[in-house]
Amino acid sequence: MRYSGLKVITEGLFGNKGWTPAWRDPAPKAEYDVVIIGGGGHGLSTAYYLAKNHGITNVAVLEKGYLGGGNVGRNTTIVRANYFLPGNSEFYSHSMKLWEGMEADLNYNVMHSQRGLINLFHSDGQRDAFVRRGNAMINQGDDAILLDRDGVRELLPYLDYDNTRFPIYGGLLHPRGGSARHDAVAWGYARGADQRGVDLIQNCEVTGIDVEGGVVKGVQTTRGAIRAKKVAIIVAGRSSQVAAMAGMRLPIESHILQAFVSEGLKPVINHVISFGMGHFYISQSDKGGLVFGGDLDFYASYAARGNLPMVEHVMEAGMTLMPMIGRAKVLRSWGGIMDMSPDGSPVIDKTHIEGLLLDCGWNYGGFKAVPASGWCMAHLMATGNSHEYASKFRLDRFATGHLLDEEGTGSQHNLH
Amino acid sequence: MRLTCPLCGERDRREFYYYGAEDYLHRPAEGASLAEWDNYLHLRDNPAGMTKDLWYHEAGCSQWLLVTRNTVTHAIAGVELVAERKTEQKAGRAK
Amino acid sequence: MRVEGKGLIDRTKPVRFRFDGREYAGYKGDTLASALLANDVRLVGRSFKYHRPRGVLTAGSEEPNALVEVVGAKNQTPNVRATMQEVFEGLVTQSQNRMGSLRFDLLAVNDYLSPFLSAGFYYKTFMWPRAFWEKLYEPIIRRAAGLGSLSGAHDEGTYEKAFAFCDVLVIGSGPAGLMAALTAGRAGADVILAEESHAFGGRLLSEGGTIGGMPAADWAAQAVAELQAMPNVRLMLRTAVTGAYDHGTYGALERVGLHKPARPNLPRECFWRIVAPHAVLACGALERPIAFPDNDRPGIMMASAVRTYLNRYGVSPGKRVTLFTNTDAARATARDLIAAGVQVAAIIDPRPDAFSVEDCPVHAGAEVIGTRGRLGLSGVTVRKGAETFEIETDCLAMSGGWNPTIHLTCHMNGRPRWNEELAAFVPMEGAVPGLVAVGAANGTMSTYGALATGQAAALQMVSALGRKAEADLPEAEDAPYRLQAIWAVEGNGRAWLDFANDVTTKDVKLAAQEGYRSVEHMKRYTTQGMAPDQGKSSNVGALAVLADATGRGIPETGTTTFRPPYTPVSVAAMGAGGRAEGFAPQRFLTSDQASRDRHAPMIEAGLWYRPSYFPKPGEPTWREACDREVTMVRQSVGIADVSTLGKIDIQGKDAGRFLDFLYTNTFSNLGLGKVRYGLMLREDGLVLDDGTSARLGENHYLMTTTTAAAGLVMRHMDFVHQAFCADWDVRFISVTESWAQFAVAGPKARALVNSFLETPVDLPFMGVARVRIGGVDGRLFRISFSGEEGYELAVPTRYGEALFRDLLARAETLGGGPYGMEALNVLRIEKGFITHSEIHGRISAHDIGMEKMISAKKDCIGKTAATRPGLWGPDREQLVGLKAAAQISAGAHLFRPGTEIHRETDQGYVTSVCWSPTVGAWLGLGFLKDGRARLGEKIRLVDHLRGLDVICEVCHPVFHDPEGEKLRA
Repeated sequence: MRYSGLKVITEGLFGNKGWTPAWRDPAPKAEYDVVIIGGGGHGLSTAYYLAKNHGITNVAVLEKGYLGGGNVGRNTTIVRANYFLPGNSEFYSHSMKLWEGMEADLNYNVMHSQRGLINLFHSDGQRDAFVRRGNAMINQGDDAILLDRDGVRELLPYLDYDNTRFPIYGGLLHPRGGSARHDAVAWGYARGADQRGVDLIQNCEVTGIDVEGGVVKGVQTTRGAIRAKKVAIIVAGRSSQVAAMAGMRLPIESHILQAFVSEGLKPVINHVISFGMGHFYISQSDKGGLVFGGDLDFYASYAARGNLPMVEHVMEAGMTLMPMIGRAKVLRSWGGIMDMSPDGSPVIDKTHIEGLLLDCGWNYGGFKAVPASGWCMAHLMATGNSHEYASKFRLDRFATGHLLDEEGTGSQHNLH
Repeated sequence: MRLTCPLCGERDRREFYYYGAEDYLHRPAEGASLAEWDNYLHLRDNPAGMTKDLWYHEAGCSQWLLVTRNTVTHAIAGVELVAERKTEQKAGRAK
Repeated sequence: MRVEGKGLIDRTKPVRFRFDGREYAGYKGDTLASALLANDVRLVGRSFKYHRPRGVLTAGSEEPNALVEVVGAKNQTPNVRATMQEVFEGLVTQSQNRMGSLRFDLLAVNDYLSPFLSAGFYYKTFMWPRAFWEKLYEPIIRRAAGLGSLSGAHDEGTYEKAFAFCDVLVIGSGPAGLMAALTAGRAGADVILAEESHAFGGRLLSEGGTIGGMPAADWAAQAVAELQAMPNVRLMLRTAVTGAYDHGTYGALERVGLHKPARPNLPRECFWRIVAPHAVLACGALERPIAFPDNDRPGIMMASAVRTYLNRYGVSPGKRVTLFTNTDAARATARDLIAAGVQVAAIIDPRPDAFSVEDCPVHAGAEVIGTRGRLGLSGVTVRKGAETFEIETDCLAMSGGWNPTIHLTCHMNGRPRWNEELAAFVPMEGAVPGLVAVGAANGTMSTYGALATGQAAALQMVSALGRKAEADLPEAEDAPYRLQAIWAVEGNGRAWLDFANDVTTKDVKLAAQEGYRSVEHMKRYTTQGMAPDQGKSSNVGALAVLADATGRGIPETGTTTFRPPYTPVSVAAMGAGGRAEGFAPQRFLTSDQASRDRHAPMIEAGLWYRPSYFPKPGEPTWREACDREVTMVRQSVGIADVSTLGKIDIQGKDAGRFLDFLYTNTFSNLGLGKVRYGLMLREDGLVLDDGTSARLGENHYLMTTTTAAAGLVMRHMDFVHQAFCADWDVRFISVTESWAQFAVAGPKARALVNSFLETPVDLPFMGVARVRIGGVDGRLFRISFSGEEGYELAVPTRYGEALFRDLLARAETLGGGPYGMEALNVLRIEKGFITHSEIHGRISAHDIGMEKMISAKKDCIGKTAATRPGLWGPDREQLVGLKAAAQISAGAHLFRPGTEIHRETDQGYVTSVCWSPTVGAWLGLGFLKDGRARLGEKIRLVDHLRGLDVICEVCHPVFHDPEGEKLRA
């Protein structure tokens, strides 16, 4: 079924009886060409591009819970391409291009809105670091504009410019940065993959990975054994557990990242704003809620919930930066489980087991990467070669020292 | 979240700095291979369940603590000083 | 309308308040909702999506409809529950989410478009043409969405945060909570009793009945009086416990000043962090609506709310009330109304065997299938078997049963259990360690049951605390709770589940039809439960409709997760103290005032404030001052406060050995009275920090770190020591705050220093000596960060300011003076000294040409990891100097002249630049691929952001005095 405004009207006139399921609910088959473990954003986009770009449709996506139930459904929805290290730049740049064509491609409105991302800086040193970043973005073909204090004031008049601990020196504006409706991204890819023949199997937890003689043979699940020629582990948040089923130990530590949404408010914030001194970022959703977040809780955890010290820190940052939001009330807080890697960048690579591939380590930047991650992972699975835009996301780079450390904080997992 | 420092008693989480898994205590000897260093610095069991990890009482006694903790429930089973640890060295692990 | 003789309001204290521009009268003790209902105001808001007229539904914080704006002098507070806001003299409120007036809201047109605005419609349209999304569709959607408005002005209110500790936290002060608090309090435990409302007593204030032979409200008052008299009990009114966190930590929001006219220093709210090993969850249950067609009109309310308005506030929400319920308990609402003289039109009870004892028509086996009244209810349609009939009524009290308030028990991922008998979820035991749910919160619905379970929980806790307590329970009602679950009534028209987000049974069914069958999918697709009330009234009903639509049972369908906060908490309350300078600690130099006296702009350097430059008359910008200060240092003498550098005092027989392990180079062989530059790596082999360490004695060193890394290095040293060499004889402590330290730099530095000292010293470069300065023991280091002959003079912090002022006075007699951060930066760039602009965390020793500093003779932190192949070689960018005639900039990238500018051709980047008055050119430091092999090459510097495109010369990074003659002079 193709979605359109006309369809919404005709269905509305006839009681909305004609809408069909967005995806099937198939039982797992005994064998597939490809099994993707993980029905989150990255797993679904991988399935979609396997089918669309490579014609590989005998694919199952195995999801232990519900589609899109992981971090794609619990993030602050920021979409940006503002990386500066070669290896990251081209990847996120490609992802941004895919975002820009996503609605037309998926025939699903993911409400991608390029409302502009502004990274504020608060010292000369920070400005120079952002200028380096902005120049790298432009060298990559993306966009960046340096704003001085007055330039920021023009766009964000409600920030506190006069009475604040870390005065605003200016900002780096990334006009193509913005946000999207997170669930819709998962659903859009799910629907697209399903329409191309991919089996999306929910409530199907993988309990083992079958390997014989160094070659992957399939998986064991709560709904029976499934054979497969290739198996992809795309389970951010649970990467270590699933990889352990294949005897692997990953360069990952799992951490909680909390985020917050306020009650609905009439529009007050048009941009996505990032306040580096306070580890605080905020935007306003189309529904009117202020969506904001901060840093990790910093201790290894699978709890998907956090504690008050970081909650309060985030609120304090909000109050020093934009005290106009003081009377907005926090409606809900939640936590995602982040695959924190030792350099803050991800892995899209083969493993030492033939046919077993890995897409993990997205730290807390996985949402914007959903399209390109699927694109590059599908390429790797279909061709056996790394995509040129993901060629540096190697699993062995920590051992060899070919790092992609945007933060410069080193091998401590939780500092990225 | 509260941690009981063996020296200072029960304190709020905000007095502590978190480093990572206890693996950081098992520093390879000089001359160990890069693979061993990769294992030491980067690779982690990262269990969903009981783990031992390293916390620093930064706003307290400056002691590093080895905390036995559940990563799913956050329940804490024990805290000892790194400097006086009696914990068995971790057994060899998969490469 | 007000009902005489009823209510706990103070009729001797009338208050005037405003709503939507009109003045109304209420009494002290009224909420905005009760006072408006007393004034027969039924229409108080508009719904989120369809802009349907809405009235008060509940009498508590779960209210989905009656959200208003409270207007203050400078700020307004949106989304205030009229059911929680107490009226006070001068309170100004207004309705929200309307275009035009509340009665004639232009966006009410959405209601007519509702067939096209079904669940998830926006995912299927607005996609073409692409550019229209941001330009047209989205702005319209954004303007229509949202509820209340912020004023846009800084919130100037006062907010507080506090910690509290107790043995037993009791959440809720109904019968269960009061009994628990009494039991624990009488046993001598430290108790906090937190009550969300503005009076203690919970449902006892709303319901009749007796406890221990006296009216329930009187028993509550007596219990509160007893608790108040106990020094070990703290009563917290207007305090909602909002979240359960790890290890007995609870968040709670106290409304301190929201019920009073604003006055200076009166906090609006206080956010509490309560730490309690034991907690009693006694916050009762929430009554749930029934989904029948057009069940959302003003005048349709929860039965328990009608009873609360009558008994607690002396208000009847209608003149002719109808009751629609499936429980025995809710029937009491009708009986109370009748007893108070309010007309009850009928009782509609869908249970075929419903009893009939009230003095009004009772229709057993009947259902409400429709309602009338545009801006307020005027009548309902009832179906009984095959027959339908109309009832004229202006208030419909509905009750579909009760949901235990289990939210806090789910905050730590506890999944509630479905209880078939109650047709409700009850808490999972032990879901929050230390928290025990009692009374209605645990599904025990009778008053006696509440008292008994409250006491039992308290007894258990008291005993765990090693105290003794007596069981002692008063008599009370103990009727069984009986209901026949009814979730939705079939009929024509939309039946609301989620009033706040306008989600109807049709939406939930549509979600199921479209494959969004998981409860999480349904929630996210329909937005059910995502409104300000977080689905408090609608979650279970929506779940039941979904279960039905997907042919599953409710337990199998599962439930969504409740997450903190239980009730919304303002950003300002949880962020109290963060406003303005409060966000981070401020660290001030001892010279701070002296620098400000000289009009130096103080800039943030981490947490420190440091002088940027010291302006002189006739210097229009910082540049002139900076140039002068640089030249001053190069030609005479300059003074700078360098106390921000980290200082760590290290002592013990193994101190040298310890430094050898920390630094790449060797310190154990450093001569007494000598200083050495050291490079420190992280264990991953990249540069952590650099600095100097001085040997003050055989077993005594003093390390300096950079300002940026001071804390980091201290933590690192503690780890290395405690983890790897705890048995070594070495101890160390940060003395950063103990010493004030000043750089004295320039050709006249020695003259200045010697003018100070009681015994002049002739210190070689990289020497250190203990000195006496004005009768004070100090330290003198001969080190330089400027490239000139330089000293650093350290005295105990309390003498810092005096020394600084004295130094300046003496320097000025020599043609010198103070210099600030700008000049300090120029001086170090001229000399090629690096800072954290260069060692930014991705830099290896090799990159900065210091690989030879990694001693081959010993192990050190980071030594092996530094040998990883990716951290070496000509592919990496190496530190170089850059020189240009035209302005250059930090953050620019480097390219070979004549090549295209894009990522693949990128050769490096610039980290620091300055105009050098010494060299007479623009100088920079940066990193260039294979840079050390390219000295003398021309390179193109491009800064798109600042519009610079300059050809530079690649140089050795040391521009000034490359042989170091001045340093060693």
